[in-house]
Amino acid sequence: MAMLKRYEAVIGLEVHAQLLTETKLFCGCSTKFGAQPNTNICPVCMGLPGTLPTLNKRAVEFAIRMGLATNCRINKRSIFARKNYFYPDLPKGYQISQFEEPICENGFVEIETENGSRKIRLKRIHIEEDAGKSIHDQGGFTKVDLNRSGVPLIEIVSEPDIHSTQEASQYLKNLRQLVTYLGICDGNMEEGSLRCDANISIRKKGETALGTRTEIKNMNSFRNVERALEFEINRQIELLEENRTVVQETLLWDADKSEARPMRGKEESHDYRYFPEPDLMPLEISEDWVTEIQSALPELPNARKQRFIEEYQLPEYDAGVLTSEKSIADYYEQALTSTNNYKALSNWVMSEALKIANERKVDFSQFPISAKNLGKLIALVDKQVISGKIAKEVFEDMLNSDDDPENIVKEKNLVQITDASQIKIIVERVLKDNPTQVEQYLNGKEKVFGFFVGQVMKESRGKANPQIVNEILKEKLANLR
Amino acid sequence: MSVTEQEVKRIAKLAKLKLNENEVEKFTKDLNSILEYMKLLNELDTSEVEPLHHPVESETIFREDELKSKFSRELALKNAPKTDGEFFLVPKVIRNKAK
Repeated sequence: MAMLKRYEAVIGLEVHAQLLTETKLFCGCSTKFGAQPNTNICPVCMGLPGTLPTLNKRAVEFAIRMGLATNCRINKRSIFARKNYFYPDLPKGYQISQFEEPICENGFVEIETENGSRKIRLKRIHIEEDAGKSIHDQGGFTKVDLNRSGVPLIEIVSEPDIHSTQEASQYLKNLRQLVTYLGICDGNMEEGSLRCDANISIRKKGETALGTRTEIKNMNSFRNVERALEFEINRQIELLEENRTVVQETLLWDADKSEARPMRGKEESHDYRYFPEPDLMPLEISEDWVTEIQSALPELPNARKQRFIEEYQLPEYDAGVLTSEKSIADYYEQALTSTNNYKALSNWVMSEALKIANERKVDFSQFPISAKNLGKLIALVDKQVISGKIAKEVFEDMLNSDDDPENIVKEKNLVQITDASQIKIIVERVLKDNPTQVEQYLNGKEKVFGFFVGQVMKESRGKANPQIVNEILKEKLANLR
Repeated sequence: MSVTEQEVKRIAKLAKLKLNENEVEKFTKDLNSILEYMKLLNELDTSEVEPLHHPVESETIFREDELKSKFSRELALKNAPKTDGEFFLVPKVIRNKAK
């Protein structure tokens, strides 16, 4: 990749986040995802003549939360504007958005890169309404569902400060983490609650002028963002290497074919003729309101990570994984109501539980074992009621039933044997049944010790306390010498 | 400032209007006479004046985030020129993909 090293990518991202309000931006219709088509609509979001928009206060509050969390200036006064274009799922013929004076400006998000942490500047965050949905694939008509028409969005626009696909991905992950921590968006890219468009150009390293940029749309997962950016960076480098030029255009990412193709038709007239929305007053935000929102901001990812390190004495790595998603951090802290073994809980969550959640592709808030029960399981190990090995078995059971681990242990009679006299009997039997191995051991082949342990555990069906087994075995074998 | 026939055609296209040659000529003339008239305003020095976004000075009116609308689908689709009872049906927007 020697050729790549001479170039630098310059990437700016536009991220749309669907806000978790109950109702739409300008009317009282529900925003619920997955409702029957055209059941959450009214004359306002259908764009019928004579209707007027009234602004949802909570949507504005959510935008301010995001602005504060990303170090933006919150403008005391901002203006709504009409963005004009024709498409059947945009019934008014314009989208109400913000253009010249958005609600938040000049922020930044910090990302971790291989060269340390770096600030990605934000140009602006503005509020706008979503369009409806068009379904093209059946029959001779396009079907239009207006349930999504008017659902509130914020658009977060970065400066072109991103220089690699890894950085883009890291930036997106940070934004996703922030919106979910702030409780303003569910962050689900596959379902479209978080959408990302990219502006990309390349230049030779050391140059300061920007190259011609292209825009890529339709990247609906983290993986697709990385793949699409990689594709486009390589395509532009190849063009320049062949002394050809990059054409400024909009491309659509096709995940199935792994390529970005020029978009046609809809984008032909890139002239949105923005003008101030006469149906809405300028949006005035009082200092008091901003202060109130600021003081009610929830704990943000970095602060929570630091607290996990200090309060629970966790390694930085653990704290990072546990706080990477709000749902995981919440789960961890809920489980602490039934165990106080911070590190053991961290291990269980990071290895066992996260593995299952990833395999099943479920959000941690939907994890089949309740946090309280996982905590109880760990407490059972700590109190030596069951061994670590048995705990894994119980865990498997809990995945299916989310039963209280104490019940499972009792029902299945899995309580650890810590009674030395019982274990002694088993050890004696094992030594008696395996004279050849005993002979080998006594002749100095000490590896055989593990075999005896295994046999004892097998005989006790995994229930013997391994430490006691070790002690008794050593003692008995020493007596044979 | 004035507009050319080319610009009128472009504006018409963006607004999805079909104009014949006579109309293009007429609207070019009309629009230019409006622009000519508005030139009067240029006599005023507005360099120190904040742009006015709304003729009425008033505070933002908010709505609380509470479910209100209960509008039946049947009623919503009633005026649609074409519907299947669930969706609004419009002429196909995307041409069938050429294979």
